[in-house]
Amino acid sequence: MTDPLHDTTLKIGDVELRSRLLVGTGKYASFEETERALELSGTDCVTVAVRRVNLDASKGPSLLDHIDRSKYHVLPNTAGCFDAASAIRTAELARDVLDTPLVKLEVLGDKTTLLPDPIGTLEAAKELVSQGFHVMVYCSDDPRMCVHLAEAGVKSVMPAGSPIGSGQGVLNPNAIRIIQELVQGVPVIVDAGVGTASDVAAAMELGVEGVLLNTAVASAREPLRMAVAMKLACEAGRHAFLAGRIPKKLYANASSPLEGVIAGAGPA
Amino acid sequence: MRIRVNGEPRDVPDGCTVAALVELCELRPEQVAVELNQRLVRRADRANVTLSEGDELELVTLVGGG
Repeated sequence: MTDPLHDTTLKIGDVELRSRLLVGTGKYASFEETERALELSGTDCVTVAVRRVNLDASKGPSLLDHIDRSKYHVLPNTAGCFDAASAIRTAELARDVLDTPLVKLEVLGDKTTLLPDPIGTLEAAKELVSQGFHVMVYCSDDPRMCVHLAEAGVKSVMPAGSPIGSGQGVLNPNAIRIIQELVQGVPVIVDAGVGTASDVAAAMELGVEGVLLNTAVASAREPLRMAVAMKLACEAGRHAFLAGRIPKKLYANASSPLEGVIAGAGPA
Repeated sequence: MRIRVNGEPRDVPDGCTVAALVELCELRPEQVAVELNQRLVRRADRANVTLSEGDELELVTLVGGG
């Protein structure tokens, strides 16, 4: 009998994560809140963005001062890039700071939807893979697109559940299940659109290898409590998936035995 | 000489290297990355790259993001 508490690690390229929750560092009220939220979430892997330094600002503490790299893998993203060329440049800049081959590739189509541009995404993925990057790629829930990206050599495909920051959860669970079945050899991580704990549990119950979220925690009324909720939800959904749920049936199936009821009890 | 840094004009001494610019801007070298005319200047190379009139530089760091 397998150990009911056991799970394997999530392997992405050379990196091994114990937690299947990946957490962003954006939108928090302070660096201190960011640090505490990450800790409460139980994550091993946090995302960061690449932006111009503020040359006018007084030289105070930075986000990097609040992320302990002995505790967390840092995954730089290419957020804010709307074409392959700028995404590639951004990845190269991040690699120079962090000295990691990991990159979360985002090539966005437009500012309103923040949906990924599929053409630019695939182009950038191929180029970054050829440059030795370990690419985790933000994409739509189009299974054929995910197959293209996996074949291009990315280390993880990360389909959106719904638009970034929208909190709508996984709108198309069947598409996610199909992606999980079609994509061979790389982990599938649901990234974007998660709103609350049940969204994370539902995603994990579909059998994906992980969930990446940011807004759902950072913009919750109580971010620290939501970080706790997300940690538990990710574990709950994962265990439920590994446990193998019962099928949904049209008719009832009694939980108590039918035999041995006292006289007068039982069905007519 | 006149260069541009993060989209803004800036005057730096002739012969200024990329490493010297990072220091002039009072930045922590290990927390920033530098692009010169849209090409990465690796951290190890910064002291060997001398700036020219009209160069465009991006000095970036890592910030919060999802």
